[in-house]
Amino acid sequence: MTKPSNTHRPSAGPWASALRSLLRNRAALASVAVLAFIVVASLCAPFYARHVAHTDPFVSNVAGTIMLNGQETDIMQPNDNPLHLGLSPIGPTGHTAYLLGADSQGRDIMARLLYGGRNSLLISFSAAVLCLVMAGTVGIAAGFFGGVTDMVLSRLMDIMWAVPVYLFAISLSIVTITSGLRIGPFVIEADNLLIPIVIIALVYVPYAARPVRGRVIALRQAEFVTAARCLGVPRWRIVLRDILPNVSTTLVVMGPLLMAMALLAESALSFLSIGVQAPAASWGTIILDGEGLIYTRPMVAIAPGLAIVAVVLALNILGDGLRDALDVRDASRRE
Amino acid sequence: MIMPLLRRLGQTVFVLFGISALVFAVFFATPGADPTARIAGRNAAPQTMEKVRKEYGFDRPLPVQYAIMMKKLFITRDLASYANRGELVVPEIMRAAPVTLSLVSGAAVIWVVLSIGMGVVAAACKGSWIDRTLMMAGLVGISIPVFWLGQVVNLITQNRYHDTWLFSWVPGLGYVPFTQSPCGWFLALVIPWCVLAVMFVGIYSRILRADLVAIMGEDFIRTARAKGLSPTRILLRHGLRTALITFVSLFGMDFAQLVGGGALLTEVVFGLPGVGRLTYQALNSLDLPLIMATVMYSAVFVVLANALVDAAYLFLDPRVRDAH
Repeated sequence: MTKPSNTHRPSAGPWASALRSLLRNRAALASVAVLAFIVVASLCAPFYARHVAHTDPFVSNVAGTIMLNGQETDIMQPNDNPLHLGLSPIGPTGHTAYLLGADSQGRDIMARLLYGGRNSLLISFSAAVLCLVMAGTVGIAAGFFGGVTDMVLSRLMDIMWAVPVYLFAISLSIVTITSGLRIGPFVIEADNLLIPIVIIALVYVPYAARPVRGRVIALRQAEFVTAARCLGVPRWRIVLRDILPNVSTTLVVMGPLLMAMALLAESALSFLSIGVQAPAASWGTIILDGEGLIYTRPMVAIAPGLAIVAVVLALNILGDGLRDALDVRDASRRE
Repeated sequence: MIMPLLRRLGQTVFVLFGISALVFAVFFATPGADPTARIAGRNAAPQTMEKVRKEYGFDRPLPVQYAIMMKKLFITRDLASYANRGELVVPEIMRAAPVTLSLVSGAAVIWVVLSIGMGVVAAACKGSWIDRTLMMAGLVGISIPVFWLGQVVNLITQNRYHDTWLFSWVPGLGYVPFTQSPCGWFLALVIPWCVLAVMFVGIYSRILRADLVAIMGEDFIRTARAKGLSPTRILLRHGLRTALITFVSLFGMDFAQLVGGGALLTEVVFGLPGVGRLTYQALNSLDLPLIMATVMYSAVFVVLANALVDAAYLFLDPRVRDAH
């Protein structure tokens, strides 16, 4: 609504006014700051490993030593518990080297955490974007063209919807992890990050496509679409110029929520050892590495878990803020 | 009344067929390696490969393979695991099912009670610090990976604080059948119940609060208020009852998904020998027949449970009943 006094000035567009109301939302701003910090820290992983921690977090370093307080200290230390035999990795040192301690292969947890963040964030971000593209296409096609297209796509979504998400992802992962994927001349190796990205994007398509389809069906009956149709505007142009801009708010609001779900799914798959493959790290694989050390060196599993909670929480808060700012109601989050 | 039921039945049959075809396609028609090698397991002998190829009809067209697989899964139920020395897969799943059911039912009780409580209190105190705190707690609950929460809880209750008065009652990880000792069953499951419920308390309390807030602005609530009913009565008898419709249909879906294997991560972390942990062990030994069977059975279970919930709606909700 523009007041009569400023009709001569173009009123702020929906994006500009949404941005302004988002900038007033302190919780959303704080979560953007947290996300930015974690992304930048993860991007600095090689720098941290080389110049701060002086270790290679991808090579086993069981026999290594580090200098602590001028003393040479073994990375694998005699066990604290006299009843247990064997060695356990060094705990948090409080120094730049092995800040959070080592895992069972003597690798620096802090450095692995940063490298793992790169993979976790990259996978969840790409999966969310890919999922939005696929869900947007499916939802618009089903909602706009209706008829047989809608029936086939909606039934397909129903079927995918009925398989529990994690089981669906697990099935796809185990099949591709064992032998890679061969589509015609292209071979995707089992340790390629594309595999978890595509799988996670695919399993969440039904969740994102439904709200889009509902929105498009409502839009199809809107007056401006009828007007465009009567003017003889080609259908592809109506989709691009009239439908897509109006659906884009729904898609944007779903973005952070989808990325949050994708991050949780990625960490779960990696924890089940069918996501990111060793020696590469992700927050899920580090939690898996820490599982065996949970009672002796709990920090190995706790640190990546806290990172996941921080990012997912920030994304959820940001998603809520975006929803309020853009005033989208039908993009409900569902597990 | 009969027609909608029949239509729903037809849809269910269609989705059942679609799901079985989808799962079959994922396991046996994805481009890549020979499905024989997937079934036979790692480094199988050529004789085993030959036997598998004959038994599953991998030298015949896809529809025949699909039919053979469905027969082995649901009719003869003699699908055998190759990674696990010929163990029959379907009875193994049936043995594991009660554990999963115990885990999910207990968690469901906790999450329904807690989330209704949190949602109602938050909606009643809309905009206050209580509302904000409860909803932020819900958001935190949604954001915690369940397997990590399980590990941290284990660290606290099994190890670090196990010897204090607070957690000395916690038994070691594992499952105790209800028939053997009801008390032991309860003690073994109470912590997994809480851990599994955390995320759902978050989701459901937030959804319930949003629904309640929306409903409280509706005309029939204003009418109730104009009649002079007490705010508590309006919130609980008029608002909550209406809001529970969405709640119940979501609950049916999530409950079915969890029983169908969604509780896998919780079962793995707490060492509960349910269907999910069976799948997990099959993952580690690359036991494809077992994984496929669990996925297929859980998908079928989810579809049937949803159909049941929908049929119940046809009877209960006049709006759905008369809409057809």
